[in-house]
Amino acid sequence: MVKINGEMYDFAGKSITDALAELNYNPLRVAVEVNFSIVPKAEFNEYLLKDDDSVEVVQFVGGG
Amino acid sequence: MDEFDLEKKMLESLEGRIGKERLNLLRNSSVAICGLGGLGSNVAIALARAGVGRLHIIDFDRVDISNLNRQQYFVKQLGMPKTDALEDNLKEIFPFIEIKKDFVKIDENNIPTLLKDDDIICEAFDNPDAKATLVGSVLKLFPEKYIVSGSGMAGFGSTNLIKTERRLSKLYICGDGFSDIDDGIGLVSSRVLAAAAHEANMIIRLIIGEEQP
Repeated sequence: MVKINGEMYDFAGKSITDALAELNYNPLRVAVEVNFSIVPKAEFNEYLLKDDDSVEVVQFVGGG
Repeated sequence: MDEFDLEKKMLESLEGRIGKERLNLLRNSSVAICGLGGLGSNVAIALARAGVGRLHIIDFDRVDISNLNRQQYFVKQLGMPKTDALEDNLKEIFPFIEIKKDFVKIDENNIPTLLKDDDIICEAFDNPDAKATLVGSVLKLFPEKYIVSGSGMAGFGSTNLIKTERRLSKLYICGDGFSDIDDGIGLVSSRVLAAAAHEANMIIRLIIGEEQP
């Protein structure tokens, strides 16, 4: 199981891109940290989540 | 009053309000402000008034009539690069601040050199894709730096919804987190100012050694 923003999901083996899509995040508008390490947008496709990974997703909205 | 006297009096006045130790921390800090719109121009003015020693102000845009509803510029500055206009305004408020200007568009390629010398980074863009790119790049490239970001201040909702949250160990988010300009709800000075004040206050707290939001 993979923990994303405190919730558990059966996402081991999925890429970050696929996990974000399942949770309805816009991949262009997020910062993602896996096990306290930032993953750049360019690596979302090939980065595969593993069991016990802890993921934080921060999504931004427009305006400023 | 000559310039030397003015500087002495302004610093004494600041010291009287906040104490020597905090003033020294503020005077010796360098903050990069990425984007000089509704968030960035207001954050810059708050930091200048508080005594921050060095501001690195960065934007590629010029002052437009549509900016005047919420950004810290004047009619006479229409058409000027925001970097030049804001520098003038900051110097009117506190002439003894060091300002570094970059009239460029920030992207993944220039972030490594552009931001390497600043202690704290303020994300103050309006575009959410650009916000995510800047935050991700800074946290990856400069794990020692803090970044304070704005997200969710569009519309006419209560300012009581606007808050500061520590979302990652070096990332603070200021805003309500959901009010999106893309939803066509508008953008009004008072609410943008509230989010900018949260960003400026978190930056000041970090400078004086407070990490809690």
